[in-house]
Amino acid sequence: MSPLKRVAYFFGLPIVLIVLWWALSFGSTNFFVPKPFELAQTLWTTWIGERFFEDVLPSLGRLAVGLLFAIGLGIVLGLLIGSTRWLRNLLEPMLEFFRAIPPPVLVPLLMLLIGVNDSMKVAVIISGAIWPVLLNTVEGVRAVDSVLNDSCRSYGIRGFARIRYFVLPAVTPQIMAGVRQSLSIGLILMVISEMFASSSGLGFTIVQFQRNFAIPEMWSGIVVLGLIGLGLALIFQFVERRVLHWYHGLKEITHDS
Amino acid sequence: MKKQRSPAGPRAKALGLGIGGIVLFFLIWEATPRLGLVSDRYLPPASEVLVRLAQYFTEAAFWKDVADTMTSWALGLAIATVAAIVVGLIIGSSRFLRRATHTTIEFLRPIPSVALIPLAVLIFGTSIESTLLLVVYASFWQVLLQLLYGIADVDAVANDTAKSYGLGRLARVRYVIWPTALPYLMTGLRLAAAVALILAITAELIIGTPGLGKQIALTQSGGAISSMYALVLATGLIGVLINLAARIIEKRVLSWHPSVRGEVVL
Repeated sequence: MSPLKRVAYFFGLPIVLIVLWWALSFGSTNFFVPKPFELAQTLWTTWIGERFFEDVLPSLGRLAVGLLFAIGLGIVLGLLIGSTRWLRNLLEPMLEFFRAIPPPVLVPLLMLLIGVNDSMKVAVIISGAIWPVLLNTVEGVRAVDSVLNDSCRSYGIRGFARIRYFVLPAVTPQIMAGVRQSLSIGLILMVISEMFASSSGLGFTIVQFQRNFAIPEMWSGIVVLGLIGLGLALIFQFVERRVLHWYHGLKEITHDS
Repeated sequence: MKKQRSPAGPRAKALGLGIGGIVLFFLIWEATPRLGLVSDRYLPPASEVLVRLAQYFTEAAFWKDVADTMTSWALGLAIATVAAIVVGLIIGSSRFLRRATHTTIEFLRPIPSVALIPLAVLIFGTSIESTLLLVVYASFWQVLLQLLYGIADVDAVANDTAKSYGLGRLARVRYVIWPTALPYLMTGLRLAAAVALILAITAELIIGTPGLGKQIALTQSGGAISSMYALVLATGLIGVLINLAARIIEKRVLSWHPSVRGEVVL
């Protein structure tokens, strides 16, 4: 495909949609629907400046801390549970149950146990985002290639070296699939924890705009959340490509043959 | 489908350990407030919560809340699935559309559905449509993306063969694309079913549309702590049931598929 065509495919539909939106909202005085330029302006004036440091950055910080803990804990516990058979049998039904609890109901619960503060919000993110990583890791460790496993054993590779050079690479594809789910759950929980109990942060600010009928500002908040989601997805893609480049290469080869 | 025969020993042992794990969990939960590690004002003993849950099971109001939650869940999931299948088949059947919509889909998909909460409140208030908006938005992408992956996975040779045998566009969708994409679609559905429950409860919790989530918020602010824990347990049970049902349906629908038939050793 020529570069020009690629650019056209990339920007074609978004541009058509924006033009359509602009044309449809041109003469309209509908209170609920903002105009494209107006929205872009509001986006700039509302979020760049003081609010960025007071609401957006703390929210992002909590999200980052929560996600890092969730992923780290999920992998470590997953490796531990996955490689010990009795532990896995013991905990599996309970873990399935915890995973099935819709994470948002933990917000009022953790509010009681921890109080309304930053660590509660981080705890909410961890308690919701850990399950996909944890369970995927357990599942991945269980399904490692048995021939490779036996080879490792006969070469006397065990302990840390076995985890580092055999188990971890083998389960990384599963872990990454879990991480992808965790990211979106984490973002949802960040917003909910701030909407439910907070006096600052993105979620709180957006609800505040809506209550005050500051409609363009509310829309701009939705756009900011969308951009954060998009940013997370891009970061994930970048990391996944680096971590799993061998895996994608392998899949291409087996697909072609 | 034949069940694989295996000695009853290990499986029974695994089951026993699993039940042991559940019992152990409830024992620890029971002991934590009783020993004073956490005040029982914040964490009531497990026995108290379980009794409250049993009481809930006999209350008509509780079942009304469950029905409300499940109605928005089922309706939202159904709307999202139908919409995603229609859109997916249209986009998937044309190379041009697939390429042209790629960026737009990649941009819209990561928008967290909870970002739409203020919008839902503004348009629909606390009626069920608010919940539906969130549920549909969140589950639509799950189904659509899996379906598009599935359609991209269609074997080019099979498709060309069908074409040269004179199968029309519709017939190819029915006999070539649909069977290939079905396993992906079922995965999407299973994911969407879980996400739909999360969003249904979220909407009730934050917006206050009727259902279990609203009840949880009410019991929490009213200080009925053991009721709140009982309701959280109830939502977990619903989640488990949904996961189980999704897995069973997936197995049923795909009983012809190699991954389920289990004849191919992978």
